[in-house]
Amino acid sequence: MLSIKNLHVSVDAKPILTGLSLDVPAGQVHAVMGPNGAGKSTLSYALAGRPGYDVTSGSATLDGVDLLGLDPSERAAKGVFLSFQYPIEIPGVPALTFLRTALNAQRRARDEAEISAPDFLRLVRVKAAALKMDFDMLKRALNVGFSGGEKKRMEILQMSVLAPKLAILDETDSGLDIDALRIVAEGVNAMRAPDRSMLVITHYQRLLDHIRPDRVHVLAAGRIVASGGPELALELEAAGYDRYASAA
Amino acid sequence: MSLARAIATGDLLELPSRRDEDWRWTDLRGLIRVLPAASPVHAGALDPGPFTGLADEDVVVINGRGPGRIQVAPLGHRVIALRFVAAPDAGAHASSLTIDIGENADVTLLESYEGEGAGYVVEADLAIALARGARLERIVLTRDADDAVSVSRARIALGPAASFAQTVFAGGAKRQRVETDVAHPGAGASVRLDGLYVVGGRRHADITTVVTHAGVDGATSQLTKGVVREQGRGVFQGRIVVAPGADRTDARMRHDALVLSDHAEVDAKPELEIYADDVSCAHGNTVGALDEEALFYARQRGFPDAEARAMLTDAFLGEVLDRIEHDGARDVARAWLAGHNRAPS
Repeated sequence: MLSIKNLHVSVDAKPILTGLSLDVPAGQVHAVMGPNGAGKSTLSYALAGRPGYDVTSGSATLDGVDLLGLDPSERAAKGVFLSFQYPIEIPGVPALTFLRTALNAQRRARDEAEISAPDFLRLVRVKAAALKMDFDMLKRALNVGFSGGEKKRMEILQMSVLAPKLAILDETDSGLDIDALRIVAEGVNAMRAPDRSMLVITHYQRLLDHIRPDRVHVLAAGRIVASGGPELALELEAAGYDRYASAA
Repeated sequence: MSLARAIATGDLLELPSRRDEDWRWTDLRGLIRVLPAASPVHAGALDPGPFTGLADEDVVVINGRGPGRIQVAPLGHRVIALRFVAAPDAGAHASSLTIDIGENADVTLLESYEGEGAGYVVEADLAIALARGARLERIVLTRDADDAVSVSRARIALGPAASFAQTVFAGGAKRQRVETDVAHPGAGASVRLDGLYVVGGRRHADITTVVTHAGVDGATSQLTKGVVREQGRGVFQGRIVVAPGADRTDARMRHDALVLSDHAEVDAKPELEIYADDVSCAHGNTVGALDEEALFYARQRGFPDAEARAMLTDAFLGEVLDRIEHDGARDVARAWLAGHNRAPS
């Protein structure tokens, strides 16, 4: 379970998150929605440990492990996965090489045996097929020349191979057409598991038509200002964020 | 004025200095106060070189002594490992070697600079002529000592329709310079002139090139990449000259460098001098740090910081390796890179 208590985060000494508290129990999918500038991406970066996102107070634990004291790679090994809003292109590194190195780095950090090349390829073939990805694409440099939809699928593929305990999806729907959205959402839904918490960060409700959250939280001005069931997302879609902006 | 002349005459005023425009970043006169004693004839046995086994033959120039000329007959096909060795007893020496490549011959020259001693001061001069339709791929790999001064100067003259491809791997020394001067006739000849420098510690590597297009219909493609860390210094000077009337020249030059420490330095001077009207020429030059976004992305996926940095720098440099045609040489170069492209722990 992810447990965030009274989290304060500053970027360039400017407070962005101002006392955010949130619990995502294992086995659940929670959505965080909010207007632009509310701090949604800051929340995902702070949880993943991006340099420049300074936690000034509060705590964040995953299954009791304090995340905030860990290096980003240590957090990854503890099970934190962030699907980037804008996945990075890495020229010169085939996607397969990147993913296998990442997986084995995580395994080493957990004192687990490394996965063999044949086992890795078998695993990736199955996962890629489920996401309707062309396996040959994985031999190409990571994300280089990929379309927006292909990049997002690549993120979901990595998530599914790395099998995190906490998956954070930052604006995963941005840049996706409706078919890609459905495939990505199916990929995410297939990842639901009793020992996994998922945090879906989104501005729009449309992703939540496909990934049905257990809880919806409204993030405004750096804090959670409302929480509710899936119906809250529909209300937001109808009424907008204005009343929360004034409440905050 | 050259290091070779200074060594031959003992006159330190022959050393190139910062006042010479082409040497201003690789000043030798300010550096060398006393030349070491002349290198003796070396008698000891020699370990295999980095390319031994890949070549039909090893040609060895040790302490400045070796053959003066290599000839490849027309239509000949040779893979030559050319080893410039500064033995443990090396002091100062200079050598010169001429290589003549006959018409339509195909040569792979796997050249290594192997410093087994310390404090040596050396220059190797090469004059290579490619006759019509000849093809040469030259790989230059350096392993110089920390406190050495090592200069390699090659003058390459191409015949019509000749093809010359080069990749330099410069690991630096106290001062190290790998200089290539290509006389390009146009006339359907093509040049690929690549290089890579990786320097840390207090090392200095200088890759300097000049390509002069004298006639119509010539192509040159140049890609140089560098990584400097600690107090390392990289120098890239690339000049492409397109003479009057050398129309339909296609010349591209790129230089990209990563500076991985606040105390490291890169000096770059890419130049196109174009005196013809109808040409297609471009150059690009970037010097910067590792992409922080990419670094965080890799760390988020589980790469520890050092591994993420190594992967990104390897990937950055890999493009140069990929352009090498000779498979065995590419593997040797890759291993060289793996040895150089790691920050000391």
